[in-house]
Amino acid sequence: MSIGVYIIFLSVLAMSLDVGRGKTTMDPCLESMKTASLPDLPYPYDALEPAISEEIMRLHHQKHHQTYVTNYNKALDQLRSALANGDHSSVVKLQSQIKFNGGGHVNHAIFWKNLAPVHEGGGKPPHDPLSSAIDAHFGSLEELMQKMNTEGAAVQGSGWVWFGLDKELKRLVVETTANQDPLVTKGSDLVPLIGIDVWEHAYYPQYKNARAEYLKNIWTVINWKYASDIFEKHNRHLNEV
Amino acid sequence: MAASAAVTANYVLKPPPYPLDALEPHMSKQTLEFHWGKHHRAYVDNLKKQVLGSELEGKALEHIIQNTYNNGDLLPPFNNAAQAWNHEFFWESMKPGGGGKPSGELLALLERDFTSYEKFYDEFNAAAATQFGAGWAWLAYADNKLKVVKTPNAVNPLVLGSFPLLTIDVWEHAYYLDFQNRRPDYIKTFMNNLVSWEAVSSRLEAAKAASA
Repeated sequence: MSIGVYIIFLSVLAMSLDVGRGKTTMDPCLESMKTASLPDLPYPYDALEPAISEEIMRLHHQKHHQTYVTNYNKALDQLRSALANGDHSSVVKLQSQIKFNGGGHVNHAIFWKNLAPVHEGGGKPPHDPLSSAIDAHFGSLEELMQKMNTEGAAVQGSGWVWFGLDKELKRLVVETTANQDPLVTKGSDLVPLIGIDVWEHAYYPQYKNARAEYLKNIWTVINWKYASDIFEKHNRHLNEV
Repeated sequence: MAASAAVTANYVLKPPPYPLDALEPHMSKQTLEFHWGKHHRAYVDNLKKQVLGSELEGKALEHIIQNTYNNGDLLPPFNNAAQAWNHEFFWESMKPGGGGKPSGELLALLERDFTSYEKFYDEFNAAAATQFGAGWAWLAYADNKLKVVKTPNAVNPLVLGSFPLLTIDVWEHAYYLDFQNRRPDYIKTFMNNLVSWEAVSSRLEAAKAASA
């Protein structure tokens, strides 16, 4: 090739290397850091009707959850650079983005599993040992649901209502968290068994302002089997002590 | 400090200063019917119930807001009181055929404190877009300067020591029927088509007079 073209080629090569120059060599452990990805829904988008509409499920999964995943990965990428550069101020500054978007991803990944179509057991009450534990802590399943509905309705702004297990104190709890704070922000020993999203996006197209009605109806598609499995897993570990 | 003089002690659900369909196609009649007719109404009704028989009963809305903010450790009536105030302020921040660039003194002040209208636009836009969860973005006035502020849930600049001049509601109920998850599109539509700069100007005059 002519000398002119060769010079252009070298300039372009140099520019592309310049772009790469920002990245310093880093710990291979950081480089292979896994990013998050949107999990598939375990059922079709219309499978939770009439409790939760297909329209909501599509928006909630494909838009809201996807956006949390995308923004979480962006924040992780920025974190990677900040760590590599020893930019601790940026590392700390990124924490709110990570908590919000990462929390959004974590919470929604649990939520899809907390729900099931009626023909796959959605709404079917839990069996023992969880069932007896619920009766012991709350009086009855209905009283647990009532408590969750009351606390869920009372969340100001955006957040979640949780049914969880304190694996240290070995007791069941109902808690709420704000925005996308995961349940562990209320106690490091808390394990989520059932979470219900009370952000307005979780119900608005179908229920509008009637959050209480959404909460009443969602119990028909709550997947108690998932909650039981998690509960039993932790019970096994407790009993092994 | 007194900011908007519009809100009285009677906790009335004041209608927006235009018919519910007047902001179409930028903000639908359906949105106004739910947002004003259900959400705003509920804040007013619940506030009345909440202060009945208490020492706050009959007090001006702004008095309740200032006295229940409690440095962020909110007392129960705060949410309803502040949201009642915020929503009335929000309806009056908009008008049919609104939006775009202001002129005159307001433009001069925006250019003074933000360098240009475009820089203000970007800053207001960013504040509204990055408020996590529910909340509001504001243009506010304090210490003879305009600034952009974002607040969570029901918090407003009154409790932060500044005069509110303009607000956009970024709770999901404000835009979900018209824009679903697309909050940035809603914000742009508000800025380009809905802002009432007349309201902002008159609030600014009131704020300057109160600061004098």
